[in-house]
Amino acid sequence: MSSTAGTLAEGNSPTQKKKRKAPAGTLYRGNEGMWSWVLHRITGVGIFFFLLVHILDTALIRVSPEAYNAVIGTYKTPLMGLGEIALVGAIVFHAFNGLRIILIDYWRKGTQYQKHLFYVVLGLWIITMLAFVPRQLFHIFSN
Amino acid sequence: MTAIQAPRTPAVNRNNGINWEKWGWVYMRASGVILVVLIFGHLFVNLWAGEGVKAIDFAFVGGKYATPFWQVWDCAMLWLALIHGANGMRTLVNDYTTKPLTNKILKWALFLSAAILIVLGTLVIFTFDPCPVGAPADLVASFCPVG
Repeated sequence: MSSTAGTLAEGNSPTQKKKRKAPAGTLYRGNEGMWSWVLHRITGVGIFFFLLVHILDTALIRVSPEAYNAVIGTYKTPLMGLGEIALVGAIVFHAFNGLRIILIDYWRKGTQYQKHLFYVVLGLWIITMLAFVPRQLFHIFSN
Repeated sequence: MTAIQAPRTPAVNRNNGINWEKWGWVYMRASGVILVVLIFGHLFVNLWAGEGVKAIDFAFVGGKYATPFWQVWDCAMLWLALIHGANGMRTLVNDYTTKPLTNKILKWALFLSAAILIVLGTLVIFTFDPCPVGAPADLVASFCPVG
């Protein structure tokens, strides 16, 4: 019908063949949109299971000071200290990307700038982690 | 139901009352914004400020829960985060389960774990005694009466 519908025939001409690249703007797969979605899911699941454990360990304050201190003591080891960096990294990404999703939903230009917003999320994530990671390393490796 | 409808067929108004799926969608965004503030504040006070994670013990939590401010803060975090998390997990269960029975079992597990932990956490926050009788003085907050 229209000339744009005949892309296959056009693509077979020698001049068009050289110019042809991977389809851009039509596929969601492999771009910022997909990776933000994947990371949002993975971080969300991780945070959820940590939350279940964290409520149970905090509930030990109702048992006895000794019981709570014994369990919270395991959070202060170097290995768990590194785990807390991973946890905070997941939370900070999920938080900023969640705000990005809200902007895509409610801001008039949100969908137009969703890729830019993904890089804003990554930038804010790096800034927040720069403020946290050295501080946390100092806490867990100093006596 | 199975036949493909003609384009522009008006959506059937099922008129089932509340559109739960829509309110779930709204809830994820509303609770998400509040949780960013609550959790960032929680992480700042418990992990960044002072001696960080090493300062957390029974006396530290006792000192926080002696004030209604942190009781309300943590209680709001508990309810908002668990419902947000369980509803998010429900989305994944809907996406990745193929058998109706698996879907049902996992959703019940999500509902029960969230409900039980909300009840447990709320009870702990509001029945907590920062100065339990007979607890050693060096394990409790400094404001606790000695003896």
